[in-house]
This record gives sequence, structure tokens and C-alpha cells, in this order.
Amino acid sequence: VADVAALPAQRFDHRALSRWLAVNGVYAALVLVLLVDGVLLDRFLSVDNLRTQLVQVVPILIVALGMALVIGTEGIDLSVGAVMAIAAALLPLYLGYGWVVAVLVALVAGGLCGVLNGALVAVVGVQPIIATLALLVAGRGLAIVLAGGQSKDILDPTLLSFGSARTFGIPQTVLLAAVLVVVVGLVVRRTTFGRQLLAVGGNARASRLAGLPVGRTLVAVYAASGVLAAIAGVVATARLNASNPSSIGNLIELSAITAVVVGGTPLTGGRVRVIGTVAGALLMQLLQATLNQFNVPDSTTQVVQALVIVVAVGLQRSGGTP
Amino acid sequence: VSTQLQGAGVGPQEEPAGPLTEAGAQTGLGTARGERVAALLQRNGALIVLVLVGLVASLVFAAFATSGNLHNIALDSSFLALVAFGMTFVILTGGIDLSVGSVYALGGVLIAQASAHGTLVAVVAALGGCAAVGLVQGLVIARGGLPPFIVTLAGLLAVRGLVLHITQEGAQVPTIPPGPVRTLGQGSLLSLQYPVWITLVAFLVLLVVLNRTRFGQTLFAIGGRGDAARLMGLSVARSTTLVYVLSATLAGAAGALVAARSSSGVPTVGVGVELNAIAAVVIGGTLLTGGAGTLQGTLCGVLLLDVIQNCINLVGNLDSSYQSVVSGVFLVSVVIVQTLLARRQRL
Repeated sequence: VADVAALPAQRFDHRALSRWLAVNGVYAALVLVLLVDGVLLDRFLSVDNLRTQLVQVVPILIVALGMALVIGTEGIDLSVGAVMAIAAALLPLYLGYGWVVAVLVALVAGGLCGVLNGALVAVVGVQPIIATLALLVAGRGLAIVLAGGQSKDILDPTLLSFGSARTFGIPQTVLLAAVLVVVVGLVVRRTTFGRQLLAVGGNARASRLAGLPVGRTLVAVYAASGVLAAIAGVVATARLNASNPSSIGNLIELSAITAVVVGGTPLTGGRVRVIGTVAGALLMQLLQATLNQFNVPDSTTQVVQALVIVVAVGLQRSGGTP
Repeated sequence: VSTQLQGAGVGPQEEPAGPLTEAGAQTGLGTARGERVAALLQRNGALIVLVLVGLVASLVFAAFATSGNLHNIALDSSFLALVAFGMTFVILTGGIDLSVGSVYALGGVLIAQASAHGTLVAVVAALGGCAAVGLVQGLVIARGGLPPFIVTLAGLLAVRGLVLHITQEGAQVPTIPPGPVRTLGQGSLLSLQYPVWITLVAFLVLLVVLNRTRFGQTLFAIGGRGDAARLMGLSVARSTTLVYVLSATLAGAAGALVAARSSSGVPTVGVGVELNAIAAVVIGGTLLTGGAGTLQGTLCGVLLLDVIQNCINLVGNLDSSYQSVVSGVFLVSVVIVQTLLARRQRL
């Protein structure tokens, strides 16, 4: 990275632009996609279609919120899809005791999975990618074993209506995601825990020397990611009206990481952009839907998504994200 | 330069691990021996566990130590081994390559597509196409300075897209006509299958490249401390680029062999191969932080994963979901032991 003071004056604008793009590029891209949709595609911006897109992005978004927290500590959580599957498998087993119990059991299980990940990272000192890889491998198998190897229909009326009902025209799952975004945003910005999380991500050693509870913070962050993944599992199950642990959340870790990274959270930790993550998830979803509308084949869509990731991170880098 | 580097203690034989030694220097003499034992165990942990598991397996399962079963293990692990060798090189530089699963599929599809034009064309198309993918990723990482995790994550998506594009959105599965290309995957020499021979030769060549060449020693220096390596005048960017070319070529070769074996280039194969390869490398004692690790360890890691899988198969009535639970539990146990041993050195 070049020395700013040494740069000639006429290049300053260029740097200012790239700095602006580094921070706001994802929002600009989102607006651009929406504009293209609005102008070129009939009815793409209709309420119905936007609602469909939002409903589809909800599980990814919820998982991405937890992923953003983990990445903020310079970690990564590959186990989120498996945790979704475990939550989905547990739901039908406990629905006999009422939906509250069943959902609580699923969330607690997700939290425990997260605590396990966090303990491996914080106490044992295993690299996050490997610590969470173990649960990625084992978790889905465990979920399928729990479910007895088959998908089960969900018959609970509350869960079914949660999966499809709307309040003021907005699907309830979307409202839940919005609430979670606000909560996670407030936690990151306004709480001691949020500050500690960013400090640990910025420099774990310095945080430890400064007397911060590094281990506890890490365990809590992975637990939060686990709980959020479990919530996503419950939401996806409610929407599908069925618990299908062998397919639910497959490869969602990649979508979530993409949303976080495109949203401007650096993998090096110390910074979490919650609204950016929301924009990142929406951008990737709308991009895919738009290309689909233009009859672009899936293969090309994947290449475009890959380019968006590289360009986003390239912009963030050249913009000198501190 | 190569000898200077070894003299400076950059090689794997002299020092257990770059980042670990700075604190290690402060420890008293009393713990030096324990440290050395721990380092030895950590470096050869996979081999020790492999021997133990092998012994137990041959006692428990009558079918384990039969020549047919051992041949199966060798053949099954030869494909992942190629991928994991490349991953070892990448991880040694402190990087990661998430794209190998997609490149694996690309290698298979390319060799199958080109197999009608002769063996040489098919092999060159598969390896060359995959090497080109690695070159692009390597250049973006080394010259563009983007994080390897991101670039190869994008590669994972883009290359899978490319594979789908080549195969008409996955609708068309190119087949390999009977002939020399098929023989690459199905033939055998001295009762060992060709893929096993190819993997063995690759192992020996890469062993020499890693430990006896300037390129190999540069990788240890880059992984230990990239900026220091640059200040020493080492060709960091070129070596880093080459590492991703190597990884993609090996992944492509593995995919091509699998395709030759099954007589067709299936566009959907290879999902999750990157995770298995990373797991094998880590079990083999290579640190994800880079700068320390061995190819022998990775080979043991691959064999270990396969032996475990084989044992689970020999149990018989265990279904695949139990298998993944056992693999996961096993993975986490090995990693915990490895990490604790590595930490002992640091204390």
C-alpha cells in the first residue's frame, strides 16, 4: 500500500473514490441491481417478487449474522449448516411437548454446538477452520441419526403459520430476521461484549494482556453463531413444513461467508459490519434472481458471483479498509 | 541460496515451527527434552496413530490385513493424496486452497472431453486447464494481494460454474472411450493400480521438490514470515503463484484419474474434497499458520482417514450417517492431540 502523503494531488480523488467504494460499494451495487431490475424487468420489483426474495434470503441472512460475529474475532464457522440440520432434526422429536419446548431444545442444542466449537478454539487452541470442520463432518450425520434417517412432516399449527404467515404484509420470518439484525447490531455497537469481541478480533494477545476475558468472549461468539444457525434451521423447517436434516443448510456456510465478506467485514477480524452483511446477503440473492430472470444459465451465475466476491474484496483492499 | 536457507534454520528438520520457536527459546533446559519428544510426536503423530489403528484393525477385523483390502485402501487414498499434497504446499505458505474440489471436477471433465483426441491431448488438456485456473488464482493472490481464502472461495464457485458450462449445465456427462486414457485409471503394474503408482511417483518427486530445492525452502520461509522472506530477496510472489498452480494441477490430476477410472467425467464430483484434504494435511502435522509441516505427514493423514473409513465399512451394518459422526469425532480427537502437543512446545 502506497504512502498517502507521497501521492500526487490529482490521484487523491481516485483514492477517495476507492475508499468510498470500499465502504459503500455493496450498497451501491445493491441499488444498481435494483435499478436494472426496475428498468429492464417487468414486475421484478413487484411486492410479491420482493417478498419471495426476502423469504428466501432469511436463513442465509440469519446464519450470516452469526458468521459476521465469528469472523469479527478472526475466526470462521464451517459448522453452521450441520447445526441447522441438528436443529431441524430435533424439532419433530420434541413437538409433542409443544412448540415452545421443541424450539427451545433446538436453540439450546445449537448453542451447545457453538460452545463446543468455541471451547476447541479458545481452550484447546485449535484453528477455527479445523475446529468447526469436525462438527461440519459429524453434525449432519448426527442429525440424520437423530431423525431416524428420514424427513418428517411438521404438523404443529404454530410453526406452520410462522413459516407462511404475514404481519402487515411482511412475512413473519422476515420480521424475525429484522429483529435479529437489530439485536446483533446493538450487541456489536452498544455492549461491552461487542467491544470485547472486536478487541479480541483485532488483537487477541493484546486483549489478553489488557485483562479482557478472551476465552469467554470466543466461546460466547461461537455459541451465538450456533444459536443463530439453529434459529435459521427452525425458520427453514417451518417454511418447508418438513424437517429434512440431510438437505437443510447444505453448503450454507459458503453463502454466509460470502454475504459477510461482500458486506465489508474483513477476514482479519476486529471489525463487524452488520448492515453490510445484510446488504451482502441481499445483493447475492437479488443478483442470482436477476440473472435467472434474464435466463442466464446457472454456470454463468456462479462465475458472476465469484467475480463479485473478488471485486468486493479487491475494492475493500484498495480502499485501505483500516 | 538453498544452503544458506538451511543454515539459517528455515528448513523443517532444524526447527519444529517458525512461530513456536520464539517463545521456545525462553524455556529452561529441563523442559527441552520433553519439548523435543513433543515435537517428534507432533511431527510423526499421524504415523504413530496410523500404525496403532492399523494394528488394532488387523486384530479386530480378519478382512483388514488382506492384500485385497490393503490394495483398496491404497487405491482409494491415492486420489485424495494427490489433492492433499498440493494443499500441503499451499498451507506451508500460510495460504489455503478451497477451490480444489471444483478443480478436481474440472480435471475429470476436461480429460473426458478431450479423450477422443488422443491420450496426450487429453492429459495436457486436463492438467493444462487446471494449471491455468491455479495460475489465475495464484496471480490474484500473490500480485493482487487478496486473501487466499477469498480468492479460492471465488474459485470454488467460478470453476464449478465453468464445469457446468462445459457440460451443458451438467446435463451432458462426457465419457471416455476404451483405450489408453481409461487404462490410466484402470490398468495395473506389478499388481498395483496405475493411480497408486502415479501418486507414489508424485510423492517422491514432491518430497525432493519440497526439501531439496530452492523453491521448496522458499515456501518454508514464506510461511514462517512472508515479509522477512521478501526482505531476504526471495521470490515470494513467484513462489506463491507457483504453489497455487501446483495445487490446481495436482487436484486436476486426481480428478482426471478418477474420471479415467470411472470412464466418465462427472461434473458434480469433488464437492467437499477441499475439506478432506485440509483435514488430512492438519492431521499430518502441518500447521495452518504455515512455515512448518511435512509431506510424509500428509500422506499418513490421508491413509489414516481412509483406514478409518475402511474400518467403519468393515463393521458392516453401520450406515453412512454414523460413519460421518465417527469420522468427525476422530478428526477432532487427532486435532486436539496435535494442538496440545504443539502447545507444549510453546510453553
